[in-house]
Amino acid sequence: MRYFEDMHVGERTELGSHTFTADEIKAFARRFDPQLFHVDEEAAARSHFGGLCASGWHTTAVYMRYFVDSERREADELRARGETPAKDGPSPGIRELRWAKPVYAGDTIAFAREILELREATGRPGWGLMVARNTGTNQHGELVLSFVGAKFAERRSKP
Amino acid sequence: MPGMQYLSPIDAGGRRSLRRTRGTRGSAVAKLYWEDFTAGQTVEYGSYEVTAEEIKAFAAEFDPQPMHLDEEAARASMMGGLCASGWHSCAIMMRIIADGFVLESSSMGATGCGEVKWLAPVRPGDRLRVRMHVIDKRASKSRPEMGFVNARLDMLNADDVRVMTLTPHFMLGRRSPSAGAAARDGEKAGA
Repeated sequence: MRYFEDMHVGERTELGSHTFTADEIKAFARRFDPQLFHVDEEAAARSHFGGLCASGWHTTAVYMRYFVDSERREADELRARGETPAKDGPSPGIRELRWAKPVYAGDTIAFAREILELREATGRPGWGLMVARNTGTNQHGELVLSFVGAKFAERRSKP
Repeated sequence: MPGMQYLSPIDAGGRRSLRRTRGTRGSAVAKLYWEDFTAGQTVEYGSYEVTAEEIKAFAAEFDPQPMHLDEEAARASMMGGLCASGWHSCAIMMRIIADGFVLESSSMGATGCGEVKWLAPVRPGDRLRVRMHVIDKRASKSRPEMGFVNARLDMLNADDVRVMTLTPHFMLGRRSPSAGAAARDGEKAGA
């Protein structure tokens, strides 16, 4: 990932698109969220969702994979230019998590991140805090996922 | 769990417990409905033991950062050692409450969470449990067969350290659909 100083408020990054298959929806749900509408097509068809759909925690986990892969690509580009990428920082949490619409089997979700705020990480010298709105949008242009996440970002200039 | 007291299956008021009955796993017949949730109820579910293998397997699939994948790299990170992805913690929390009550409820999913905070690292060998506190509930304005329950979920390790806290907005089916005009505050029903 980039250094805190190289990030800008308002910057938007397209993280990539993922098609959720029925098999992966059921595999995740059997491990962590085996509600019938996540593991059984027929029961899901009879449910209020009307079809097999992903656990909300599956959607956020897949978002994370696309986010991390995007950071990896960014780091590779920096290395290719002879620069050193910043260290990965953890996240203290997220807020305003919304599963706005179900993610159905076969849906293709485009993930994106927009930086909302860059601020000092109090008590963490050498680190800043990057706050971003993260979204997932389906192939019909409908928002299915939204949350505001924070992540520690390494500073180039150490105090 | 030192100092922890599990709630009796039926609370003092004789209401239905917010707990699954043993042996009914995967039952399609709901036992817990929106009506069974009351503001102020607190109940614990779990436990779930986390292994290094599971931490790495989840991370390899969904969150391949060194602090979740590799002991040595994790020691050099801010986390100071291998720890679970925050999203893995969320998934574990979901499994604990699924086995605790969701699979036996009229769950219709959730619209989201006000917040999710990762307060302390989840380490290999941790034994986790979830304490649910019902904050409030309300009927759905647009869907008489459904209601909302807002809760605070704390995930605790064996040392009673809160490793995660979150505030989900559950959707639950009603035992008796409202005859309308049940909604007091009107938010549109989510997905």
